[in-house]
Amino acid sequence: MKRRDFLKNAAFAAAGTLFVPAFMKPFEALALDELSLHKNLVVIQLSGGNDGLNTVVPYGNDIYYQMRKNIAIKPQDVIQLNDMQGLNPNLNCLRELYDQGWMSVINDVGYPNPDRSHFRSMDIWQTASDSNQYLSTGWIGRYLDSNCATCNSPYTAIEVDDSLSLAMKGSSKKGIALKDPAALFRNTNEPFFREMINGDKEHLNEDNLGYLYKTMIETSSSANYIQNTSKIYQPNYTYPSTAFSNQLKTVSKFICSGLKTRVYYVSLSGFDTHVNQNNQQGRLLQQCAEGINAFIKDLQQNNKLNETLVITFSEFGRRVAQNASNGTDHGTANNMFLFGGKLKKQGIYNPAPNLANLDNGDLKYQIDFREVYGTILEKWLDVNNGQVLNKRFNTLDFI
Amino acid sequence: MDRNENFLHIKHLYNRAGFGISYPDLHQLSRKKRSKVVDALFNNKEPAANLQVLSQDEFLAQQSLLATLGAKKEQTPEEKQQREDITKARNEKSRDLNISWLQQMMATPNSLLEKMTLFWHGHFACRANQPFYAQQLNNIQRNNALGNFKTLLIEVSKSPAMLDYLNNQQNRKGKPNENFSRELMELFTLGRGNYTEMDIKEAARAFTGWTYNKTGEFEFNPRVHDEKQKTFFGQTGLYDGEAIIDLILAKPETATFICRKLYVFFVNDTPNESHVKELAGYFYAQQYDIAAVMKKLFTADWFYAKENTGNKIKSPVEFLVNLSREFYVTYNKPQVLIQLQTSLGQYLFNPPNVAGWAGGKNWIDSSSLMLRMKIPSLVLNDGVLDFNGKADPEDEAVIALNRRAKPKPVKSYVNAKANWEKFLADLPKDMKQAELAAFLLQPAVGQKISDLVSANVNLKNTAIAVTSMPEYQLC
Repeated sequence: MKRRDFLKNAAFAAAGTLFVPAFMKPFEALALDELSLHKNLVVIQLSGGNDGLNTVVPYGNDIYYQMRKNIAIKPQDVIQLNDMQGLNPNLNCLRELYDQGWMSVINDVGYPNPDRSHFRSMDIWQTASDSNQYLSTGWIGRYLDSNCATCNSPYTAIEVDDSLSLAMKGSSKKGIALKDPAALFRNTNEPFFREMINGDKEHLNEDNLGYLYKTMIETSSSANYIQNTSKIYQPNYTYPSTAFSNQLKTVSKFICSGLKTRVYYVSLSGFDTHVNQNNQQGRLLQQCAEGINAFIKDLQQNNKLNETLVITFSEFGRRVAQNASNGTDHGTANNMFLFGGKLKKQGIYNPAPNLANLDNGDLKYQIDFREVYGTILEKWLDVNNGQVLNKRFNTLDFI
Repeated sequence: MDRNENFLHIKHLYNRAGFGISYPDLHQLSRKKRSKVVDALFNNKEPAANLQVLSQDEFLAQQSLLATLGAKKEQTPEEKQQREDITKARNEKSRDLNISWLQQMMATPNSLLEKMTLFWHGHFACRANQPFYAQQLNNIQRNNALGNFKTLLIEVSKSPAMLDYLNNQQNRKGKPNENFSRELMELFTLGRGNYTEMDIKEAARAFTGWTYNKTGEFEFNPRVHDEKQKTFFGQTGLYDGEAIIDLILAKPETATFICRKLYVFFVNDTPNESHVKELAGYFYAQQYDIAAVMKKLFTADWFYAKENTGNKIKSPVEFLVNLSREFYVTYNKPQVLIQLQTSLGQYLFNPPNVAGWAGGKNWIDSSSLMLRMKIPSLVLNDGVLDFNGKADPEDEAVIALNRRAKPKPVKSYVNAKANWEKFLADLPKDMKQAELAAFLLQPAVGQKISDLVSANVNLKNTAIAVTSMPEYQLC
């Protein structure tokens, strides 16, 4: 039997799980690469603190209407999901996905001793730290550092942006940020750049200079790989013409062309709605929903939805009571959306926020966001979550 | 010592203790004894130049207007407008403050002082919404940058910016807030492992009552101060905040912690513990005299050892200031400097958290390195910047008000002007391409770089090529 066939049989013998016998460890990467379904994670960051209560509206709860006299979404406008919660009407585009079973909502995700500063709380979400702990690496970055079987190439994580978020930076490995694969390809193929990375390889051993050269070489090979792999794919789905949709369109192009990337990162900002919230948030939610709708249906058409999991998050939710300017101020726990073809628990995952039991006017969290990350790391990216999150978190049952 | 070696040493000294050196200065100083050159760095008689974008009067006027507006239940549209205008003016002043400091670093004759201020800016990392407080803290850090660490520590701890940032305003008798107390020991003085959770709790009680008033001045409020006994480091007494600081400084671990951080910033990413010990012992014996320990560092032979030269990754600010000083760059639209800082990951006055910027290899990822390699041609050759980066999370409210998800991507000209005449006039007439490369770069110039630049038709092209190299990221 050829070694490859043997591996295949052995891995199947392990009941379809990703378990590989210890004596085969050196070949683990090869075996997984060839046999496992390639799974993608798409992280959507909503920056500024999206108001969760006007996103998934607890229309069945009177307290909501008492505390938000001017900005509550009227019951008749809500897209009802069950008899307690429903979607903001600007998320109309998500209803279709919800009805297909491609969407879940997790209520009240947060962490102990929440911080209300945008910067700090975003830091906490991106590094997956405790609220009194300062980490200089991100959770996806540490996933790359873990050297697991699913993350052994320099283009394992891509952020569709000009600059790389902390979430994507590990200590020895980092994701790559690019808005336009063709532009990066052009830059890394300029004669000057090529000349610099060709030639003597002596300094690769030097500490910091070697690191700079290695980064250049990896950037160049990633740019070539990404451009050459993705250019053959012709997108055939029409997206709305917003910057956010364009990011998702780029991600779709990468996924559909079969890029071996595991994690994609995109963001939409402007959610810090202290003043006249409803117009601003409504507009953003609509952009968000239209983009996600196109993205999910595009993936479905290309048979990629089953291998893709999309999550949304924001650094915090907002206070339950509105403020005097028809807006809301910084709060704590918030909901997260999940999209994909392989959701285990479709619809609403856990009970709606309890508005009668607040902590100083703020929601109490039901689920630690690191349990969500931990679940994704173990059940989707096949890595022990304790290795990435510095201590092990319980996993949930959404995938 | 041989002249050529001295030339390299002085260049190294000026890169680390400042932001580079011009060719004529280097030429002249390399005739002097190294220790004399170090002495001269510390003999700058000019007073520290305070940042001054917002005067106390302007600040007080704004505060009283805000107080009047805040007292009203209902606000007229005009009053609402006034409030918005104040917020807008405040954000603008914050940007002015940032640019003003960066330009001061680019122009100052006393670059050691600004470099030290930059060090303390990262050590006592703080974000303040109120630019007046940010300015105040920055000036404290500059005025004490080479003074005594104890004075610096006390003044920083009493500054409204820090009291606010670390929640000491909320630290009251019976309801202590431990944030300041924890960071004081973990990040500002001792480092982890040298105190207990109990010490944090007790010290927090000692700092109750440390507040600031409406005029932006420190005020001790005895009504919220916890006067009872505290047990700190195993000793019991009626300690107040300053007593706690004295006890912390009495521990030699504080000197070690600060010296290790100085070593990582000025010498090498990887601390050599025996060198750190040497510095710490001296720092402690000199009762935390910062100038003394820095002089010791810059005169130590190991500071000039091969493993400590040309191997530190410049921080984005060092990179920008270095480049701008080198070529006498003026920025016609200095706002672009903010865009560059955010894109490169070091936005002054906006550290990622109270631990400051992580530094070292953390500065570099594929996109930041690509941008760094592109900046010289943008700045020196008036190129177009097609790079937007991300919004700072603290600007989200402004973005929300502007009703746009993200500022529209605009191609912007850097609109900077390098003074090539001056730069070229500084150089020897018969300078070879490879010699210029060796002057501009800290790592040794190998065959590859010599070959690469030898094809250039003039020194200007060589300078742009050399500053675009990965080697230029190091100092």
